[in-house]
Amino acid sequence: MAHANTAVPESGAIEVRGFTRGAFILRGALAVGAVYGAGTIGPFVKQAVAQDAESSGDVEILNFALTLEYVEAEFYRQALELDLSSGVMALAQTLGTHERDHIAALKETIDVVGGTPTDEPQVSFPIRDERSFLELAQTLEETGVSAYNGAAPNIESREVLAAAGQIVQIEARHAADIRTARALPPAPKAFDDSLEMDQVLEAVQPFTKS
Amino acid sequence: MQDWITKTPTRDEAGAVERLERDPASRKRFLRMMGGAGAATAFATFLAACGSGSDSGSGSGSDNGGQPSAGAPAANPAGGAAATREGSPDPRVGTTDLEIVGYALTLEQLETAFYADVVESGLFRGADLDMIEQFGEHEREHRETLEATVEMLGGDVPKAPKTKFPLESPGSVLRLAAEVENVGAAAYLGQANRIRSEEVLAAALSIHSVEARHAATLNALVGLPPEPQGSFAVPASMEEVLTGVQRFIVS
Repeated sequence: MAHANTAVPESGAIEVRGFTRGAFILRGALAVGAVYGAGTIGPFVKQAVAQDAESSGDVEILNFALTLEYVEAEFYRQALELDLSSGVMALAQTLGTHERDHIAALKETIDVVGGTPTDEPQVSFPIRDERSFLELAQTLEETGVSAYNGAAPNIESREVLAAAGQIVQIEARHAADIRTARALPPAPKAFDDSLEMDQVLEAVQPFTKS
Repeated sequence: MQDWITKTPTRDEAGAVERLERDPASRKRFLRMMGGAGAATAFATFLAACGSGSDSGSGSGSDNGGQPSAGAPAANPAGGAAATREGSPDPRVGTTDLEIVGYALTLEQLETAFYADVVESGLFRGADLDMIEQFGEHEREHRETLEATVEMLGGDVPKAPKTKFPLESPGSVLRLAAEVENVGAAAYLGQANRIRSEEVLAAALSIHSVEARHAATLNALVGLPPEPQGSFAVPASMEEVLTGVQRFIVS
């Protein structure tokens, strides 16, 4: 499974503030993606969520996912204030709706498994126009795909795993939508994988210390 | 969303399974598609499970605009019935990773054959052909990886089924491609939480999201919403998927 890992410096421009564990992991994921490429995000997240042995694994994974969805939803909300062409505006609206639904579902799921939904982080995005919006949208959606795929095998509950699957498929479709809007190949690789663990884990070690 | 926990089958759903059970021709085809002797056991267990109402699909997965017809997407994916993987009612009744990988391999064999036929049909040129060739190449890589996985799990790689696809016009072929990819994505989603091995699950997920990308792209090309099911993708059961693709299997 050949990797086509390319660094995504744009993800370094997304600022996620806050002291929740989810915000911490997401900051790390974005930093790792910026330096080593989206394919490294999955392994990073996998390791980060596995590190915290005291907390319930599924709740931590769900709260990380919730943080990611908060960031995405806020991103698409801010995008609506930009001067976008009608097609791209419609895309931002649809994708924003999906992310808000994911937030609601994840919060409910966290309640059901007996956890406490994490707070929404403060975020800022360097988006000025359609071009910078699409560029960053791609980064966020690819981060989402890689993060869900990386964390999912660590999920204990079958119900939570099924729910994560229902969401990651939508994130992958979003990634394809955005790439198509940018006239890029919607599926650049045969595998959205995160399998080259050994090399990656060493590289991401510095980012996983809290 | 958790069909196997919350859904009791209607008479229609039970009917579809019974039809499949009674029809010797389709049962034989189905068994061949599942590949190998182990599959027969899986099939029997599967039918038993369906009969008891634990995981029964609607059985009409081929005629609803290409979308799998599993239960409606739930606003709450946890379904209010969260429990640990060990503690839940087991939806994996008798289904081993090898059987799941064999099933996925059958779908990838089918998809690979489909794209090869489409390329050969001469219906496409330029950017469309490039896209079709790339998607076909992805399916071929999936097939190879799953073949290796079957061997790793100690199984025998099943022979690819003989297939025939209706390739009439570029428009109809793209619609068919969209249908096949949407079903493929739903099929992987339907198995994800039944897989036992972390490595096999990681591999399945890395394929699942690529099938989703293909599906979204083709949907947009034929004028369907890229996320036709809205905010949550809907899984499809083995029975729904295999019933839906049976019309492409010649032998």
